[in-house]
Amino acid sequence: MEYSEKVMEHFMNPRNVGEMEDASGIGTVGNVQCGDIMRVFLKIENDTVTDAKFKTFGCGAAVATSSMATEMVKGKTIPEVLTITNKTVMDALDGLPAVKAHCSVLAEEAVQSALWDYAQKNNLTIEGLNPPKENHEHSH
Amino acid sequence: MLYLDNAATTPLRGQVLEVMLPFLSEDFHNPSSVYTPARKVRAAIDDARIVIADAINARPEEIFFTAGGTESDNWAIKGVLEASKRGRHIITTQTEHHGILFVCKHLEKIGDSVTYLPVDHEGFVSPQDFENAIRPDTCLASIMFANNEVGTLQPIEQLAAIANKHGVPLHTDAVQAVGHIPIDVDAMGVQLMSLSAHKFGGPKGVGVLFVKRGTAITPMFQGGAQERSRRAGTENVAGIVGMAKALQLSVEEIPTERPRVTAMRDRLIHEILTNIPHTQLNGASGDRRLAGNVNISFRFIEGESLLLHLDMKGCCASTGSACSSGALEPSHVLMAMGLGHELSNGAIRFSLGVNNTDADIFQLIEILRPAVEKLRSLSPLYDDYLKS
Repeated sequence: MEYSEKVMEHFMNPRNVGEMEDASGIGTVGNVQCGDIMRVFLKIENDTVTDAKFKTFGCGAAVATSSMATEMVKGKTIPEVLTITNKTVMDALDGLPAVKAHCSVLAEEAVQSALWDYAQKNNLTIEGLNPPKENHEHSH
Repeated sequence: MLYLDNAATTPLRGQVLEVMLPFLSEDFHNPSSVYTPARKVRAAIDDARIVIADAINARPEEIFFTAGGTESDNWAIKGVLEASKRGRHIITTQTEHHGILFVCKHLEKIGDSVTYLPVDHEGFVSPQDFENAIRPDTCLASIMFANNEVGTLQPIEQLAAIANKHGVPLHTDAVQAVGHIPIDVDAMGVQLMSLSAHKFGGPKGVGVLFVKRGTAITPMFQGGAQERSRRAGTENVAGIVGMAKALQLSVEEIPTERPRVTAMRDRLIHEILTNIPHTQLNGASGDRRLAGNVNISFRFIEGESLLLHLDMKGCCASTGSACSSGALEPSHVLMAMGLGHELSNGAIRFSLGVNNTDADIFQLIEILRPAVEKLRSLSPLYDDYLKS
């Protein structure tokens, strides 16, 4: 198993680490059973993500995908954010080892979970956004 | 490079390489051939068998060469099961190496019966539990001597006494112990024991199954008459010669190396626990723990991410975490000891060997401290802890 240079670069120097006092939406996915927990904070103004932060407990791939996903959502409108999938995050990192693909799913779900939280808090319906799964389980 | 993964494998000793080389060049002859040059090769195997038998207080005819620990483990279980007249029930523990555990899982699938003994928080099985598990159809018990993840040394002599009382043969996987602890198979009272050369400065791909005289076991491989027709196949001559040399050297050094490595181990444990908060030692202390084994859980962080940070600084260690090396399940050993997912996923094993010194320990602490701090700064679990 080997990580790409880009994965290692994001792992060693993760972007957007931190919490956000005035977050518009917060999403936490994963659990210690799977070994990964991601928490994503989004600042949303005029339907656009103006800032993103994260905290992640997990392996190298989990940290790198959190870093990349938060980079990718910044400056995007909500419909644009919904086009970011585990695949686009993985591609942006020059791929992940097959056994680590589930970590990128977690990143996609953390972003969508934060959007869902934002929609709930503001009584909004975001087209194409599904409610986050309770007790997240990914396929092992 | 800071190599702290001697339980995974050890560097080949220079003197071992030297004695191996002729058998990879001019002394290439098949030891089963009749001509003069082949006899020298045969003699080298015979000598190696004597050296290894002496090192563990066995008889030469009780030493069977294999391709390593996993083959020895597989053979012990399958061979004794097949030859047994008692029945098809096996007793083992929840913390065995996968070389035992996965054989047992397979046998269960095809209809055999296995009891997996639980362990306490330090990784010990209870002799009473063991005795209670023995049935009239129990054909074999397999209990590892030294655990590869946490270094727990089972009370094998006591367990063997129970097994012998009930007429159940006992196998022990001693892969992590041989060459590091004095071994006397006679005093231990075991019928079978696995060992692997590359854990004590020998080459990879060669090991031994000790089978006490009179123990019923079917052959590992059918074919030629090698290993008294129990394990057919042309011998790995260079490997066997190297293993014998490595074991001889390691056993000679035990009186000095064992206390030295034990002191280093205890210093490393002390330095981590006092310098890095929210850490705990997993497993036993003192003489009930393998000299070179340190297993620490770093709370709030995941093992693989810590290993990657150590790797970037040239430090090699190992983890039992869920997300490491594609295993995706936390260590079965730590879970059996009752650690829970978070502490199991945050566990790192450092294993010390003949090439390590105290300087390595202080270098490791210098690398560990900032890496742990950095990963905790990323951790939502640490945030939750600070706020609670």
